[in-house]
Amino acid sequence: MTMTGAEIVIRCLQEEKVEYVFGYPGGSVLHIYDELFKQDKIKHILVRHEQAAVHAADGLARSTGKVGVAMVTSGPGATNAVTGIATAYMDSIPLVVISGQVPTAYIGQDAFQECDTVGITRPCVKHNFLIKDVHDIAATIKKAFYIASTGRPGPVVVDIPKDITAARCAFEYPKTIQMRSYNPVIKGHLGQIRKAVQLLLDAKRPMIYTGGGVILSDAAEQLTKLTRRLGFPICNTLMGLGAYPGNDAQYLGMPGMHGTVEANLAMQHSDVLLAIGARFDDRVIGNPDHFSSLPRKIIHIDIDPSSISKRVRVDVPIVGNVPDVLDEMLKLLDAEQAKPNAAALAEWWKEIEGWRAKQCMKYKHKKNLIMPQYVIEKLYEVTGGNAIVTSDVGQHQMWAAQYYKFDKPRRWLNSGGLGTMGVGLPYAMGAAFANPGKQIACVTGEASIQMCIQELSTAKQFRLPIKIVNLNNRYLGMVRQWQEMFYGSRYSESYMDSLPDFVKLAEAYGHVGIRVERPEDVEAALKKAFVEHKDDLVFIDFLTDQKANVFPMVAAGKGLSEMILAEDL
Amino acid sequence: MRHIISILLENEAGALSRVAGLFSARGYNIETLTVAPTEDLSLSRLTIVTSGTDEVIEQITKQLNKLVDVIKVVDLSEAAHIERELMLIKVRATGKDREEVKRLADIFRGRIIDVTESTYVIELTGSGSKLDSFIQAIDTGLILETVRTGVSGIGRGDRILKV
Repeated sequence: MTMTGAEIVIRCLQEEKVEYVFGYPGGSVLHIYDELFKQDKIKHILVRHEQAAVHAADGLARSTGKVGVAMVTSGPGATNAVTGIATAYMDSIPLVVISGQVPTAYIGQDAFQECDTVGITRPCVKHNFLIKDVHDIAATIKKAFYIASTGRPGPVVVDIPKDITAARCAFEYPKTIQMRSYNPVIKGHLGQIRKAVQLLLDAKRPMIYTGGGVILSDAAEQLTKLTRRLGFPICNTLMGLGAYPGNDAQYLGMPGMHGTVEANLAMQHSDVLLAIGARFDDRVIGNPDHFSSLPRKIIHIDIDPSSISKRVRVDVPIVGNVPDVLDEMLKLLDAEQAKPNAAALAEWWKEIEGWRAKQCMKYKHKKNLIMPQYVIEKLYEVTGGNAIVTSDVGQHQMWAAQYYKFDKPRRWLNSGGLGTMGVGLPYAMGAAFANPGKQIACVTGEASIQMCIQELSTAKQFRLPIKIVNLNNRYLGMVRQWQEMFYGSRYSESYMDSLPDFVKLAEAYGHVGIRVERPEDVEAALKKAFVEHKDDLVFIDFLTDQKANVFPMVAAGKGLSEMILAEDL
Repeated sequence: MRHIISILLENEAGALSRVAGLFSARGYNIETLTVAPTEDLSLSRLTIVTSGTDEVIEQITKQLNKLVDVIKVVDLSEAAHIERELMLIKVRATGKDREEVKRLADIFRGRIIDVTESTYVIELTGSGSKLDSFIQAIDTGLILETVRTGVSGIGRGDRILKV
């Protein structure tokens, strides 16, 4: 019995146990949408813009670890998806994006809604395919899921011309896939792991620094065990928040441009640095030469060899899947009954506690003004620290990362690599579909939220109980902060005039809108949103202090020990 | 430092642009690039001549290995190897230059493979630097056209790049 290519596409997605497809129909994918209509296993979520389809699939993937799936049509459908794809690529999120393409005979003829999707997406995907034969659909989709979810994960685009979805062939979904050119390493080199353990045991000023790789590989449990076993200080990067409990005494906070004093100085002054699933990003270590100016042994565990020794020289590279490598390390520690250098460690902790005593996250309250940090602290209290928090990009993102203490992985979804404004609401949508019953908060700003505001309509259609926490300072806050600090307070185009009335806007979409203008109303408004309107989407528009800045701050190009603190100004 | 990197990759549509795109996206330079299918038609063999510090070359190798279509990557210049490039060069050959150009071609073990009343086409094979020397040796005013294939390379002895 034969099937059409379109039917095969849907059957493949069913075989992959895909529950949600986020997408937007159009001419080139009509055959596939017709097959979607005829079945009820896969739920299609109609978004209002293709960018949001990819972000929502990405949010689902970040919050669950599953492969997110988006579907778009050719031409503008595909180009609108590019920002979403690039966002996922920079943060190594597993996605399969299926795009329609004009019929094979039309390719290259400048046909209506034609674009070179494979060419346009090539630099921002882990891999992509253009299917030219109906017989290749099943194997290609199998490969796409395999590539997206294994090794260092990433988005895979599968471009399918319309005539291929109409052609027929027999369907058989391959059970396994073998690719001679793609075999990600899983197990770390035992000799290297042994070397690393010895280095850790001999360390006098050890520090653990972990990134998104720990979240992606679901290694939080192993990481926590290892960190407690060693008694070392630890920090999680913006992408790694929640890998280690944010409330634990060994946790020093987030490192980097807006990291804590204790995390940054411990990174800088460590003699042995254990980096796990992190990539020494410019926003984390600042100036690499400044960072490398102090002698320090670096152990780096990562599944991607190209992440190792890319920005700083590494002494003990370990290529492998993080949880497997950490398991090996724990086994070695147990077998040898070995203990770290207790006296040196006590001395090191004393130094760290000195840095911590600076309380760099303290901020001043201002009379009658809502401090954005305070809103996040209250959000943390009201949600009991249990919400899935998404954010957009800017000051609010940093405050959410700094003041919401993430105790568990996959609770914090943000665009760390590409820094894409507009992800917050679609991420919250993806998370809401995948985590029914969980509290979902989208921390955003009045500028970011407007970059995907149309999704309020999708959220209404599917009754998603997202709480939008809008830190509205009437400025492109992070741009304003840089202009204040580095451009002589010349606020070039960072003030946003003619903002909509967000309460009315929310109501126009059929949601609940609340405006909060006084600090004393913050908590009540959050409670109203999360308790009274538990099942509704609530847009809470907090009019916050316009002058609030994010501190500490390591200016671009500076070193980690050259932080600017709030009190310095 | 100049490096010759040899890549075995799937002979698939778009595979070459993945490699070329990687170099431009990450700011690596390509001096020459040659590609053709191997005896196994499902495979292409690609040779790139590039230059960079040890760190850059290490990154290039790692980034190439990361491409899904790439099967193997070797830096040929790390050990004993042979490199060859083919050049076809069309030169003006009139009057006393006819003899002079012929002599020069002989010295470089080139072959004249096309002759007209006023031109020769010379075929020359060798390392990139040998071809460079020939161009330097000949009176540049005589050169009408040059076309070079870019460097191909292979390891000596037991160094074999195969699936």
